[in-house]
Amino acid sequence: MSKAGWETICVSSVSIGKLAAGEQDHVVEDISRLEHVRRKHVGRYLSAVAVVALATWIVLAFVHGQIDWAVVGRYLTARTIILGLGNTVLMAALAMLLGILIGVTVAIMRLSANPVVNWAAAGYVWFFRGTPLLLQLLLWFNLALVFPKLGIPGLFELRTVDVMTPFVAAFLGLGINQGAYTSEVVRAGLLSVDQGQYEAASAIGMPRLQALRRIILPQAMRVIVPPIGNELIGMVKLTSLASVIQFSEIVHNAENIYYVNNYVIELLIVAAFWYLIVVTVLTFLQTRLERHYARGARATKQR
Amino acid sequence: MNPIVKASGVRKSYGAFEALKGVDLEVDRGEVLCIIGPSGSGKSTLLRCMNQLEVVDSGALWVNGELVGYRRVGQKLYELSERDIARQRLATGMVFQRFNLFPHKTALHNVTEGPVQVLKQERKRAEVAARELLARVGLSHKCDAYPVELSGGQQQRVAIARALAMKPALMLFDEPTSALDPELVGEVLAVMHDLARTGMTMIVVTHELGFAREVANRVIFMDQGQVIESGPPAQVLSSPTHARTLNFISAVLN
Repeated sequence: MSKAGWETICVSSVSIGKLAAGEQDHVVEDISRLEHVRRKHVGRYLSAVAVVALATWIVLAFVHGQIDWAVVGRYLTARTIILGLGNTVLMAALAMLLGILIGVTVAIMRLSANPVVNWAAAGYVWFFRGTPLLLQLLLWFNLALVFPKLGIPGLFELRTVDVMTPFVAAFLGLGINQGAYTSEVVRAGLLSVDQGQYEAASAIGMPRLQALRRIILPQAMRVIVPPIGNELIGMVKLTSLASVIQFSEIVHNAENIYYVNNYVIELLIVAAFWYLIVVTVLTFLQTRLERHYARGARATKQR
Repeated sequence: MNPIVKASGVRKSYGAFEALKGVDLEVDRGEVLCIIGPSGSGKSTLLRCMNQLEVVDSGALWVNGELVGYRRVGQKLYELSERDIARQRLATGMVFQRFNLFPHKTALHNVTEGPVQVLKQERKRAEVAARELLARVGLSHKCDAYPVELSGGQQQRVAIARALAMKPALMLFDEPTSALDPELVGEVLAVMHDLARTGMTMIVVTHELGFAREVANRVIFMDQGQVIESGPPAQVLSSPTHARTLNFISAVLN
């Protein structure tokens, strides 16, 4: 359309607008210039007051309670506590690693067409999700009662009590238990990837396992990482259960100290402080990891 | 000359539903074949049997001189191993209705994935070839874009480049323009037209009768799991001999 044509249309539409406004002048006042006043959020102020009051009350209670804060400060960086912290972090990392290795393997087994493999994987999940972790830790630690000796007869043999140290028992107990949970998370992730992706990978000649590794798993990671982060945070705290089998993580070491000096609450506060620090760092790392696996997803485009 | 695809009495059922009821077909090298027909007629199933995304129930199918999915020993056909099936698939390139690009990889890496990971080509060489292919489909400026940043038409052109990167003997297109907005159909058909001119053998399941008329050497009409009519496009599309073909064509055109 020519430019002249456009102008004609615009002019005529403006004149129609004026006409209509003129007709209604005596009915409706023009309020488009008035100031806008926002609603007052009274609830926010009230809730702020309530929350601050409650928090102050709790803090004051602890300040005036029978807690020797100087002891807390002194033990915060005590050698035994820091060693315990190191063991907690190391055990959480190793057990989670084992859990993820088992979890990915079992998830792939669960999706296999081979019924034997499929059932074996389902049975593993059934057993280790079906019994308490504390009980499993005790079972591993007391394995010597069932098998006094481990090894291949004639080739090598070791006494189970020598092998099944608190560290090994905690590692196996926590890791194998975690594997059962992780496998369900990974399976959900694998199922979330579109069937068309399996087909596209097959169409360029990829065998199943290669397609899983190159195409399916990287996409499943977007679904898998948030719950795995959650599980890792849970694992950091679950390691405290290993204190019952004498693994010297932070709670076990704190206990050992307060058995001697009776500063029970002070040492529990020290342990709680370090758990919070570790979890805060992990939460930060999880956010970074999630961003990495969001490559090519809608959400990144908006940034 | 030997046909590049030969189907003989191919049958395929999904439970009680018979998708293919004994299909016989021959496709010559360099031929462009369009398969038309109503939905549920078995045309996509036939295409998917050719690259073994579906396994035929009975009958025999040859692609590029090899019996698809089986090895004949005496009077029996033995199922091939997964590795052999993956190798056989390399003869065909597949373009899907819904593109199925790898969303976590850029356009360039979608194209190089097969050559590098499956054909074990050196990455640098594969990338040079991939850039050429992307230029050929008019997307040299989109090499580093992720699929989500591309329009449907651009995604489908990347998908064509990805299939071509494997140097297939035969290209299969499963309704390549059906998921596209109308204004994007033309750019994909243009790329396919160019490809046909290079002498590539193409089997195209499509509802684009204009494309079939202009590009195909032959059109077959399928209905209810059978090939009803086969012939040059002018004949099948303009003066079909079967009432079912005529009904379908007038339904599509209106």
